[in-house]
Amino acid sequence: MTQRLPLIIFAIVMAVIPFIPGIPPFWIVLLDNIGLAALVAMGLVLLTGVGGLTSFGQAAFCGFGAYTTAVLTTAYGVSPWLTLPLSLLVSGIAAVLLGIVTVRLSGHYLPLGTIAWGIGLFYLFSKLEFLGRNDGISGIPPLSIGGFRMLDPGTIYFAIWIAVLLSALLTMNLLDSRTGRAIRALRRGHIAGEAFGVQTPRAKLLVFIYAAVLAGLSGWLYAHFQRAANPTPFGAQAGIEYLFIAVVGGAGYVWGAVLGAGIVVILKEILQSYLPYVFGGQSQLETIVFGILLVVLLQLAPTGVWPWLMSKLPFRPARKIPDTSLELPARVRAPSTPSVLLHIDKARKQFGGVIAVNDVSFDVGAREIVALIGPNGAGKSTTFNLITGVLTSTSGAISVLGTKVDNAPPQEVVKLGVSRTFQHVKLVPDMTVLENVAIGAHLRGHAGAISSMFRLDRADEARLLAEAARQIERVGLGDQIDQLAGSLSLGQQRIVEIARALCVDPLLLLLDEPAAGLRHMEKQRLAALLRQLRDGGMSVLLVEHDMGFVMDLADRIVVLDFGTKIAEGTPADIKTNPDVIKAYLGATA
Amino acid sequence: MSALLKVSDVHVAYGKVEAVRSVSLEVADNEIVTIIGANGAGKTTLLNAIMGILPLTGSAAFAGADMASLDIEDRVAVGLSLVPEHRELFGTMNVEDNLLLGAFRIPKAIAARSFERVYTLFPRLKERRKQLAGTLSGGEQQMLAMGRALMGAPKLLMLDEPSLGLAPIIVADIFRTIGELRAAGVSVLLVEQNAQAALKIADRAYVMELGEFVLSGPASDIATNARVAASYLGFTHEGESAI
Amino acid sequence: MNTTIMLFLLQDGITNGAIYALLGLALVLVFAVTRVILIPQGEFVTFGALSYAMLATGQVPGTARLAVAMGVVAFGLDLYAARRSLRLKLVVRSALLNIVLPVAILALTYALAGPKTPIAINIALSLLIVAAIGLFLYRIAFQPLAHTSVLVLLIASVGCHLALQGLGLVFFGAEGLRGPALSNAAFTVGPLRFTGQSIAVYGLTIAFIIVLWLFFGFTLMGKALRATAVNRLGARLVGIRTTLSGQIAFLLASVIGAISGILIVPITTLYYDTGFLIGLKGFIAAIIGGLVSYPLTAVAALVVGSVEAFSSFYASNFKEVIVFTLILPVLVLRSLAAPAVEEEKD
Repeated sequence: MTQRLPLIIFAIVMAVIPFIPGIPPFWIVLLDNIGLAALVAMGLVLLTGVGGLTSFGQAAFCGFGAYTTAVLTTAYGVSPWLTLPLSLLVSGIAAVLLGIVTVRLSGHYLPLGTIAWGIGLFYLFSKLEFLGRNDGISGIPPLSIGGFRMLDPGTIYFAIWIAVLLSALLTMNLLDSRTGRAIRALRRGHIAGEAFGVQTPRAKLLVFIYAAVLAGLSGWLYAHFQRAANPTPFGAQAGIEYLFIAVVGGAGYVWGAVLGAGIVVILKEILQSYLPYVFGGQSQLETIVFGILLVVLLQLAPTGVWPWLMSKLPFRPARKIPDTSLELPARVRAPSTPSVLLHIDKARKQFGGVIAVNDVSFDVGAREIVALIGPNGAGKSTTFNLITGVLTSTSGAISVLGTKVDNAPPQEVVKLGVSRTFQHVKLVPDMTVLENVAIGAHLRGHAGAISSMFRLDRADEARLLAEAARQIERVGLGDQIDQLAGSLSLGQQRIVEIARALCVDPLLLLLDEPAAGLRHMEKQRLAALLRQLRDGGMSVLLVEHDMGFVMDLADRIVVLDFGTKIAEGTPADIKTNPDVIKAYLGATA
Repeated sequence: MSALLKVSDVHVAYGKVEAVRSVSLEVADNEIVTIIGANGAGKTTLLNAIMGILPLTGSAAFAGADMASLDIEDRVAVGLSLVPEHRELFGTMNVEDNLLLGAFRIPKAIAARSFERVYTLFPRLKERRKQLAGTLSGGEQQMLAMGRALMGAPKLLMLDEPSLGLAPIIVADIFRTIGELRAAGVSVLLVEQNAQAALKIADRAYVMELGEFVLSGPASDIATNARVAASYLGFTHEGESAI
Repeated sequence: MNTTIMLFLLQDGITNGAIYALLGLALVLVFAVTRVILIPQGEFVTFGALSYAMLATGQVPGTARLAVAMGVVAFGLDLYAARRSLRLKLVVRSALLNIVLPVAILALTYALAGPKTPIAINIALSLLIVAAIGLFLYRIAFQPLAHTSVLVLLIASVGCHLALQGLGLVFFGAEGLRGPALSNAAFTVGPLRFTGQSIAVYGLTIAFIIVLWLFFGFTLMGKALRATAVNRLGARLVGIRTTLSGQIAFLLASVIGAISGILIVPITTLYYDTGFLIGLKGFIAAIIGGLVSYPLTAVAALVVGSVEAFSSFYASNFKEVIVFTLILPVLVLRSLAAPAVEEEKD
């Protein structure tokens, strides 16, 4: 309840404002505009700030929403309330079509693509006959409930702000859920999420559609607020402005969108009304100041105003503690575990002319700790990537529990009970340890985006978090559960990755240099944990450079050099193997 | 002996995590100094900070002058050079252009002599001078990276893991060349995981663990230190005692 | 289809395409060296074109004063950045570049501007002014952000576009301008009529491509720029200043933009905001070229120009829609061809 308190206070304040005696009607108009812009910016927060997908084209989705209702209400006399779902649907469908193309683009291609179709759609709006070309469509009926018609800014105000508050609530619910964590992990690249079963392209498309639907809602409200629609507010300039709003407010924060909208709309108003006095009657001066402010802001405060405000707060919002008594059902397993878990037969990986893994074969059996060692560049991490489906092998065969996984994507491999950690830690630094670890249990939860938005996922969510908390306790990081992952030392972050991998309920754990950066005592604790896991029925395949650690822990060792397996055997065999000595210490040893 | 490089009480942090803690070191003229230590000990971080790639607190002076206000490019100009762990070659340009750019900060006439010197040290590079850097083998790339650094006629060459991922036979070659540099009047600060090879050619050594220097002294002393033998010279050194 | 019409459209498309090619090349250059996606490239076009057009009527364009103002800001930033170790040599050098240079250009413009000034001098003045603006734009807006992500640079780039376009309106007004042609000669080959202006467009485009090729292939500075594009850290480690590379890239881009503008302003009327659209079309060519390949960008630009010419003939209303939608299939192909795999070092 305490978490909802700020929202309730904000809602009450917004509800009271129009009734303050003597409030200038013009202020209400401003607040209407702020609400409309906040809706679009909220979508951008999810899309750009959280998901890492930058779009300059959101104004076009407002256009879809606005024109849908404009055409249907004026030409066909459909009731505005009936056009609401249709407006959202049309924006959503447009987002699916554009999104299928757009979200697959990497890096800077994505924002560029959005600029291009943003402009293309603007010209489409302004040239189509049935949309009224440049003049647009006027005479759109107002929203009405019974006989009450929302004709003036003071009445539609309520429709707009109810939409804003509901959207904020739903968006925050979504972010604080299983799907939300998958979305928040997008920004750090797709490999980590996919290793735990996240369907990255689908998650990206989801936020893209979500943002478009919010923009469509804003467009629908705009059409009934202005009672007219023309192409200008849906052009590239407007799209840029929405992104500006999100960046000013703080692109990663839902309330940043509202704050940013407030700052930008009011600033624009002030600039428009006062600049002409200062500089004489020139028009468009505000865009100059606007552009300059944008650049200055990026140089001085690239994270936006909201996080800055929050850091000034005297208290921290309390975090919830998961109830660890809740049990998450175990992952569905094959009825009996075969003696060979992982079978690699002449796996080969070539990058152009370079052979990174050269016909390597080895097995990992049940209840066994196998170490993969060799100099840097020997192909150890590449082997991991081949097993987990991040890379596809050039030739050879890899099977897990008798199932071939040569061409299986990471999401399928993890379903077989293979989970991993990464050589270069892949955690989301601005998520807590608990949230990061809970991503590991992604496949063991079932709640989707819609049920999360309406809080129907709480039972499922509580079980996921309980499991995550248990695994954090198990690796000995219980005290850090609420800290941001990025604030831990690198060694601790590696341990967090192990907890995340354990959340899969795996049969085989792949650990890439788990002991790097750990102190002596921590290494011993890690070794004890891994032994305990083995004795509990799990197998471990690890890459490690600390020979003391490896020799002490591993049941068997596989040695790679230049992508080729040069030895395999018990630690005692490996220590005395002349080839291994040569590969490590040079010819003189 | 005057110190060419003098680093005192240096700390380097990534956000809240300190990767290098209170490190002091010196390299004199015509000296080969090595820093050995495990993966993640902070060796690369230290070199990058000395080069100006990462910010440090504490002081770093080169040839008697403080470097606090110098950018990477200024440090290159005063005679400090780094061959980084990932070599950072210009992959889509040929060997000759890579070397030419190594002499970006020095006059043309001197650059011509540098070319000769580098080609004498690494005859393989001369054979392959029209080949694109990205298509060279790992060993040749390491030679090119060192050659490019030497083109700028540095006083101190810092090498980060030059043996990384190379065949033992090439490693021997690279280390022989490092030894020859001293004769040419270039000091070397060498970071290596291959402790045995590094200690063999170095005059002095520092041992780094978890961001701190835990041991320092003449390389021959370090090589016979029991603790170093156990931790870094590998499990085969003197039988089973390492584990 | 009528062959004459087709030839005519093709000629039109190639003339426009040549301009897009120039702009596309500049965009690729700037992106490769500085990672900035240069949205204000279009403003370089309009500033060059409209400054030239104003000079032709004997007036001094406001852009000359803008260059001085930007220089002052750049000087201030230089001083602030070097406040810990302020050396006289540094201050003098910064003052020469940021204060003396633009003031000299402004003075020269006042001294030479007049209704009878030869075209060549007007062109030179316009180029000088826009080059100074390009140089200072890098110093003011992008150099402080050099370490940030492509996205932050892109948003800043959009901010620059907004500010410069607004300034364009202040300097040149809402009315469009046209400038005098470089040459009034004309001749016909079969059904096609070639004007001196269109020949100048082809000639200068080809000349620029050759000059750029020579610069990048055979000069130390050109190679240094390429090196910065290939590996920024590697370039810094041999002593190539990324700020110097960035300045040169912006200088080249602004000059190329201004020349493009001067080439087209005698053919079509330009408005203060026309540059944005022209720049974006160069952009589409650059994206088709993957923001890395110069030859592919030049070819793509000719395709964009031709598609534009043909669609303006057959579906003039939807000309822009078609040109901007052209990018979608390209993006699809790009994303199919290159499934992004994150770097995972062994």
